[in-house]
Amino acid sequence: MVFAHGFGCDQNMWRHVAPRFADRYRVVLFDHVGAGGADRSAYDPDRHSSLAGYAADVIELVRALDLHDVVFVGHSVSAMIGVLAAADAPERFAHLVLVGPSPRYLDDPDTGYVGGFTPDDIDGLLDSLASNYLGWSAAMAPAIVGNAERPELGAELTESFCRADPEIQRRFAEATFRADNRADLARVATPCLVLQCRDDIIAPDAVGEYVHEHLADSVLVRMAATGHCPNLSAPDETTEAIDAYLRSSM
Amino acid sequence: MAAPDGEPTRGYIRALIADDPHELYETAPCGYLSLDPSGLIVKANRTFLRWTGYTAGELVERRRFQTLLAVGDRIFFETHFAPSLAMQGTVREIAAEIVCADGQRLPVLLNAVRKDDELGDHMRTRIAVFDARERRAYERELLSERQRAEEAAERARALAATLQRTLLPATIPAIEGMDLGTAYRPAGDGSVVGGDFYDVFELNDGAWGIVLGDVCGKGAAAATITALARHTARAYAVRASSASEVLRGLHDAIVRSDDTDGFCTALYLTARAGGEGVQLRLSAGGHHLPLRVTPSGSVSEVGRTGNLLGMLEPLRLHDDEATLAPGESLVLYTDGVLEAQRGDELFGAERLHAICSVHASSGAQAIADALVGEVVGFQRGDARDDIAVVVLQAPPLDVSR
Repeated sequence: MVFAHGFGCDQNMWRHVAPRFADRYRVVLFDHVGAGGADRSAYDPDRHSSLAGYAADVIELVRALDLHDVVFVGHSVSAMIGVLAAADAPERFAHLVLVGPSPRYLDDPDTGYVGGFTPDDIDGLLDSLASNYLGWSAAMAPAIVGNAERPELGAELTESFCRADPEIQRRFAEATFRADNRADLARVATPCLVLQCRDDIIAPDAVGEYVHEHLADSVLVRMAATGHCPNLSAPDETTEAIDAYLRSSM
Repeated sequence: MAAPDGEPTRGYIRALIADDPHELYETAPCGYLSLDPSGLIVKANRTFLRWTGYTAGELVERRRFQTLLAVGDRIFFETHFAPSLAMQGTVREIAAEIVCADGQRLPVLLNAVRKDDELGDHMRTRIAVFDARERRAYERELLSERQRAEEAAERARALAATLQRTLLPATIPAIEGMDLGTAYRPAGDGSVVGGDFYDVFELNDGAWGIVLGDVCGKGAAAATITALARHTARAYAVRASSASEVLRGLHDAIVRSDDTDGFCTALYLTARAGGEGVQLRLSAGGHHLPLRVTPSGSVSEVGRTGNLLGMLEPLRLHDDEATLAPGESLVLYTDGVLEAQRGDELFGAERLHAICSVHASSGAQAIADALVGEVVGFQRGDARDDIAVVVLQAPPLDVSR
């Protein structure tokens, strides 16, 4: 069972959910390049300019660990990364669990598709990232290169979750929020569970519905949890929903 | 509690009474919000309402906090702020913009803490909201200043690279009976024009002139001397009867130039291909003597050194002649080679000689590339000085015939 975190955070997102499957599954957690403890040098601006590069990373990971019959649990953008990975290497994946998926965040007026965001909104996000990382580069960069004179910086960094390299984070935001992977949904034959929260402004209900309708084999579960991160706000409900789905499909 | 020194003043007592907890909450110098775990606003203080223009009735039990944020900030809130708060219990100094009742945006900084119930379940979130209008304007200025600085640095790099190209020959001519190789590497990131230069040009009588030198200093001032040196060498070379005459002309030009501080070291030589290799006539003005490298790998200096060029003291220069036998190479280099540093360690003549020896049977370009590659590698890519190398080789007999 491979758990993949979404944009803005790292594998800590799964800390209340993943351990609950460890008795029945081999649980694999990882950080995407640029997030958490990932090797900074593994980032390739070309490869990672689109979600396909992140999907290729997932396939590489699955092959390197020689995993088969993988249950891939992807939150947020990693739901679509899982879709792309399963489309390209279907022989490795048994199930996909898509938590708050969105194949396209931008509205598409030509087709009437409502993703929830306009290009201006995404520019606003990039501004938000820039102003929130203004202090990051000055205060945190010395800790990363190892500042012996200020060891408290290093301590603070290791304690802070969801840290990320600001430049990579910005590009990940662009790759994520400007992506259009609607056509890729039809390429997936792997059975999928779609978990949809209430009041999720990142992946609204209609988007979850869209994903469900365009996948060949999927179950849509509407959760009582609100917001975009049920893995943190409602770990019990999330765990139970995944568990029930996996049991029923065995 | 009493005032710090004895009898409480009237003002102290009035301040104490006015600052009861309720008053403190409502009119604190920051906005206070209490949210339920979904973000729904449970309580908002008067300062927040005053800043944003909302009434309590519009917010409390009606709006989730994230819906007050500009959309970009809302994404950041959902993907970073909320998860961080859930995992760490606190989030500090998050920059965001609140969309006020009149549609205006209020830049704020947010500090949040999560309050749990006895079971450890998330019960409520408290957020302190700080008015950050001026700070954000200042940060934006900093950001755009940084962008401008980066652009200026990029322009400087491009300019330096362009200028550098004009100080070095674009291509090295193919010369019958001689094999020539050149390599150049600027100091640091290449944003400063270096003082090293070299040139190769044909003379009237079938001989070729080669000049290599190092102008003291870097940047625009050094570049003017470098340009002067290169053109002066060419001009004098055409009519000079000896190598030292060319360097003397160079010396005079520098002394006459406006830049009274400028000086340089230089090697000048003429090379003529003949039946028994290449005939050389050379003179050195304060420059490291060139190295003769034999095919068997022995390395020795050629010529005698003279004074720096451009100094006011009397100029002493020598003229020397030498022959490169077939297969022998002459290696000209600047002090960026010898003085390359790794920590306190210098690259030094010993390493230089060893590398020349190892590559003795390579072609001229391969020797030049190997040498510069070794020097750059020695400094782990961080070259403090620029490096120029010119290698002249008399082709081995079996190749030339």
